[in-house]
Amino acid sequence: MHPAPSIIAFTTLSGMGLGLLVFLGLGITAPTGLAAFLWFGLGYGLTIAGLAASAFHLGHPERALKAFTQWRSSWLSREAVLATAALVIMAPHAAGSVFWNMPLAGFGLIGGVLSLMTILATAMIYAQLRTVPRWHHWTTPAVFLLAGLTGGALLAGQPLIGQLLLAWLAVALALHWMLGDRQFALTGSTLGTATGLGARGRVRQLEPPHSGQNYLMREMIHVVGRKHALKLRVLALLGAAIVPSLLLWLMPFSVFALSAAAILHLMGMLASRWLFFAQAEHVVGLYYGQR
Amino acid sequence: MTTLPQTTEKKLGLVIDLDTCVGCHACVVSCKGWNTENYGAPLSDMDPYGADPVGTFLNRVHTYEVTPDDGASAFAVHMPKSCLHCEDAPCVTVCPTGASYKRTEDGIVLVNEQDCIGCGLCAWACPYGAREMDALAGVMKKCTLCVDRIYNDTLPEEDRVPACVRTCPAGARHFGDLGDDSSAVSKLVSERDGIDLMPEQGTKPVNKYLPPRLRDALPAAAAPMPTDPETQGLDGFLGWIDRTLERF
Repeated sequence: MHPAPSIIAFTTLSGMGLGLLVFLGLGITAPTGLAAFLWFGLGYGLTIAGLAASAFHLGHPERALKAFTQWRSSWLSREAVLATAALVIMAPHAAGSVFWNMPLAGFGLIGGVLSLMTILATAMIYAQLRTVPRWHHWTTPAVFLLAGLTGGALLAGQPLIGQLLLAWLAVALALHWMLGDRQFALTGSTLGTATGLGARGRVRQLEPPHSGQNYLMREMIHVVGRKHALKLRVLALLGAAIVPSLLLWLMPFSVFALSAAAILHLMGMLASRWLFFAQAEHVVGLYYGQR
Repeated sequence: MTTLPQTTEKKLGLVIDLDTCVGCHACVVSCKGWNTENYGAPLSDMDPYGADPVGTFLNRVHTYEVTPDDGASAFAVHMPKSCLHCEDAPCVTVCPTGASYKRTEDGIVLVNEQDCIGCGLCAWACPYGAREMDALAGVMKKCTLCVDRIYNDTLPEEDRVPACVRTCPAGARHFGDLGDDSSAVSKLVSERDGIDLMPEQGTKPVNKYLPPRLRDALPAAAAPMPTDPETQGLDGFLGWIDRTLERF
């Protein structure tokens, strides 16, 4: 799949921001005053920056409000509704913490749960697609949820929970990659089933429909990412989980170590999210004799 | 509404005969023509006369080669591919705005272009590559089964079929109600064992493809020709020539 920078930025940044809001909302980190202003500001800022980035890839961003209507059937619509609900319901808790030294735990709790559900909805946009076998797997929501919570824990200054989540994230990423490698073959889709001619013999493309590119090929067939997949997996795993974990282990209560761990984690997650898209193969590629 | 109807009154769709299609691409051209001049945003081309032309098409013809495992001769198949108007259309349910919908009266899957935000998720959800985002209009385009022809009383009756069907010079494309077992298209499907594309995706496509009929195998290789021509037992005029020339 085409790794659009806007979508990579959106899923990574808003995931991390929402993860931070989970910790602030549930009161695991409960700042007040200026600290609360900075912390809630970071959570809201990352989430809104991510959502704004996602609007950049729309053909008609001016109609984006219509995306709030189909929450009964569409995960993308659910995500829009949940994200807005989370940010709105969290607001009294955030304002109370910043201005009146009075966190409103009820609003915080609901806002925190909604933030977590928003991350799940983002993951389900991809996990629901049977056409992309690598994504259509339980490890996709696992990686998205753990990545959001891990980033949130590091930003919320929670080294112990962070350490625990980093380990789980490493496992989830490794499983997503290793199990994902088998997913396409498990669907049983081949050029034979795609054309319905497989029962008659070996099928291969003789002539494509046109000599140039098209929207489908640009969007769904992306080969470059797979060439360096292994190197990128190692870098992503080191950055997103292993090196931050070592930093926290060496200097558990240092603000410097926490900040460095959070930045490294973000870089690692950006690389892993790029791979998430670039490595995913869409079944439509079969019709073009490619994957 | 982006939930799918439980049932539709009709299941309008196409039946495409892979044995008859000659791969002339006339359906591609007529589809582009009709759907650029009529309903909805035109199907644009970017850089049409330049080095890297791309354009929006609702119908494309692929060509494949099939090599039978039993040693029968290999053959080519031209496969026109457009929206299959699936009963369980994954492109419809993913739509966040309600722009994508499947009609209860005839089962046609359509996009309301005024509501489409151009997120592209429906194109990702389609296993067949039936939806293409128009680069100029920024909205999703797809086969409408020429909904502006088939019910159009201002057209002569023979033109009230999709443009691709009307134009096909080989008669490889058939249009009708696949929900009605007595319709001509349904009979074709049962007679010729019509097939679904990628049934494992669970989309339940309405459009069917008629697989090529079984072909004759090449006869077993003939006995090799003798290197020296054998003339033993030749009689009549040719025998006389043979014997006469032999004397020199």
